[in-house]
Amino acid sequence: MARSAQPITLPVVAIWPGTCAALGVALLVLGTLVAVALRADDLSGFAAADWAALRFTLVQACLSAFLSVALAIPVAKALARRRFFGRRVLITLLGAPFILPVIVAILGLLAVFGRSGWMSDLLGLAGLPPVQIYGLHGVVIAHVFFNLPLATRLILQGWQEIPAERFRLAAQLNAGPRAMWQLTEAPMLRQVVPGTAAVIFAICLSSFAVALTLGGGPKATTIELAIYQAFHFDFDLGRAAMLSGVQLVLTVVAAFLALKASSSEGFGAGLDRAVIRWDGKGTCARIIDGFWIAAAALFLMLPLLAVLISGLPGLVSLPASVWGATWVSLQVAALSTVFLLCVALPLSASIALGRKRLGEVAGILGLAASPLVIGTGLFVMVYPYIDPFLLALPVTALVNMVMALPFALRILVPRMRQVLHHNARLALALDMNGRTFWRRVLLPRCRAQIGFAAGLTAALSLGDLGVIALFADPEVATLPLQVYRLMGAYRMEAAQGAALLLFVISMGAFWILDRGGRLHAEA
Amino acid sequence: MKSLILASATLVATAASADTPQLVVYTYDSFVSEWGPGPAVEAAFEATCDCDLKFVGAGDGAALLARIKLEGERSDADIVLGLDTNLTAAAKETGLFAPMSVTAEYALPIEWKDTHFAPYDWGYFAFVHNADADVPSNLKALGESDVKIVIQDPRSSTPGLGLLMWVKAAYADEAPAIWESLSDNIVTVTKGWSEAYGLFLEGEADMVLSYTTSPAYHLIAENDDSKAAALFDEGHYMQVEVAGKLAASDQPELADQFLQFMVSDAFQSVIPTTNWMYPAVTPSEGLPQGFETLVSPEKSLLLPEEEAASIRAEALDEWRAALSQ
Repeated sequence: MARSAQPITLPVVAIWPGTCAALGVALLVLGTLVAVALRADDLSGFAAADWAALRFTLVQACLSAFLSVALAIPVAKALARRRFFGRRVLITLLGAPFILPVIVAILGLLAVFGRSGWMSDLLGLAGLPPVQIYGLHGVVIAHVFFNLPLATRLILQGWQEIPAERFRLAAQLNAGPRAMWQLTEAPMLRQVVPGTAAVIFAICLSSFAVALTLGGGPKATTIELAIYQAFHFDFDLGRAAMLSGVQLVLTVVAAFLALKASSSEGFGAGLDRAVIRWDGKGTCARIIDGFWIAAAALFLMLPLLAVLISGLPGLVSLPASVWGATWVSLQVAALSTVFLLCVALPLSASIALGRKRLGEVAGILGLAASPLVIGTGLFVMVYPYIDPFLLALPVTALVNMVMALPFALRILVPRMRQVLHHNARLALALDMNGRTFWRRVLLPRCRAQIGFAAGLTAALSLGDLGVIALFADPEVATLPLQVYRLMGAYRMEAAQGAALLLFVISMGAFWILDRGGRLHAEA
Repeated sequence: MKSLILASATLVATAASADTPQLVVYTYDSFVSEWGPGPAVEAAFEATCDCDLKFVGAGDGAALLARIKLEGERSDADIVLGLDTNLTAAAKETGLFAPMSVTAEYALPIEWKDTHFAPYDWGYFAFVHNADADVPSNLKALGESDVKIVIQDPRSSTPGLGLLMWVKAAYADEAPAIWESLSDNIVTVTKGWSEAYGLFLEGEADMVLSYTTSPAYHLIAENDDSKAAALFDEGHYMQVEVAGKLAASDQPELADQFLQFMVSDAFQSVIPTTNWMYPAVTPSEGLPQGFETLVSPEKSLLLPEEEAASIRAEALDEWRAALSQ
């Protein structure tokens, strides 16, 4: 087996904090599920409609994951080997679709691809009928819109972790495109792609509003919608717990498949020198890369532009409550970023040291868990003892952290593995203790990844409607909740203004943390 | 640290006001938002009751009832405000609600006889469209036309469930056929009202399922008379929003006082331009200017609560079967 040929990474830092973190997350996700199930009168089986929902959920999640990753590969490749004006801004903006509140993203997408969107207008000029966006393909397009950026960022990071020496060697060997693929891209993709696809699959598995709206009707019923229905329409907690269990099982299976499919063979040590690319200088390669960058930028930026245009008029006259909500949201985001670092850093270190299964599974559970189930489960657990309103903000931050954890692990683990692998022997030889190793070696070398993970968490947390609705006090609203409230009160213009504010703040938080991690480092 | 200070400040504040009785009202989110009736109602009631009225946003429609069921008898809530007649039967079945004795001259198109719940506002579901558009005059004609509509999912939205009942109340056994004929008119089905209304305003559909009172918002708040509600000749299904008192309330008298206050002028006059519905009791100064421009259906449809509860599952299956093809 290939596994036995792997060099052993010496346990230079303690593994148990990571194990504790993993158990804590698993306990939160499974504990809340059990809490809901225990409140149920009886557990029910699968109904005919549930099978249809399961089928649709699986089909759309597989298609979305496959397409997101397949399209991200050439885009990431192009971004990795081209340097151009605005590249950094583009890479930062790539994170944007992911953090927009769902309703805002849907309106943005439809402003471009809808029946009366820009594309349809263009087609209309040519005398063609409007775009038919509603249907399975609409669901997949929307999910690719949300997840292509994420996949691109993760694969791009894979490129960045290939040591500069590898490219130097390839250039010395005069490697053509085919040899470059074999030497660099293929082994890197084998490491990154399975996990990325599994994460996207898990996200799409729990899609609800996007799938329903763009799916065009009840045939686009997902399991998450069935869970919502079980909670609210039927008040059948047993069914909700059962369906949520199905979601968990599917995600864990996907995570295991990904773990099996991925290789962790490394690229060997490098000296951290600046990467110079000698490949892809030909005109053809330039044209292809240019095409992918332009296509991805257009696809992702046009809906954002629509959000910007519709938000500007409302931005000037935002109601005061929006600013209060912004402050609340910032607090939640800061708290969940701190939670995340406390959990993700030890967890990714222990995964990097070989505790893969527990860590990866705990890491992906957060995506599989229905926020509704976590929220209700926590509510059931704390309700008899503590006023849920007192816990609104910490609980929201905690749940946001759990949701962001899988992404953080994808970002942190490969780099940690590299750093541990290359430095552990020397550290042990120097008799360096774990704390010093963290401070002197691990943290400084993972700074860029920590910044990226923290930025993503802060941004996700800012944009997430999450469980706050279950716990919220009327006086304490987060910004996404406020956007929904404004829309619910017919104030579409103010809502779109607030959404734009949310977008700007999320991107700002992301940019500061992400750039902060990269200061003095080549991005 | 900041939130710790905030939390302790809240604790101190709570301790200081511990001797004024507190009435906790669970309601939906848009009722308590600063644009909703909540703030004005709170000020008006607190001026008369020597108490602290606390609104809590706890999800809308079915979610509100689910929340009460989750909390059971331990709930802090004294009043639940925001259920409708589709939910009252299920609410009574929980045994968590107490009978009440509110009396008022209701301005409802139907007679109100409920023993547990008092209405505070009502409206007709309707398809809202741009005033200059040509629109069909009933659901059948809509099904035959190529007018595009956006509706809400009955499983997650109150208007969505309203339309389900509307088709059932107007066409009974013909309902599946109506849904089949509507299926090619439906652009999409959304999770909630906001998404659907947003899509309509963006031009994704010619009509959106909303209320006959929706154009009043655009007219009064935005000075925009470009929206209208289509009048359908088979009648319009009604939504009657109600409030009830919890049996386990620790403030039963105060709760009664609030329910009676709810049908008084001070509460009712706030409703039209904050909740954008018809008040259950016409306030002494009448309806605000602009409401007279709204269409008023000749026929009001409303299924009795037991029937609404019993046909719900069947109607949902018909809906899903017709639209899933």
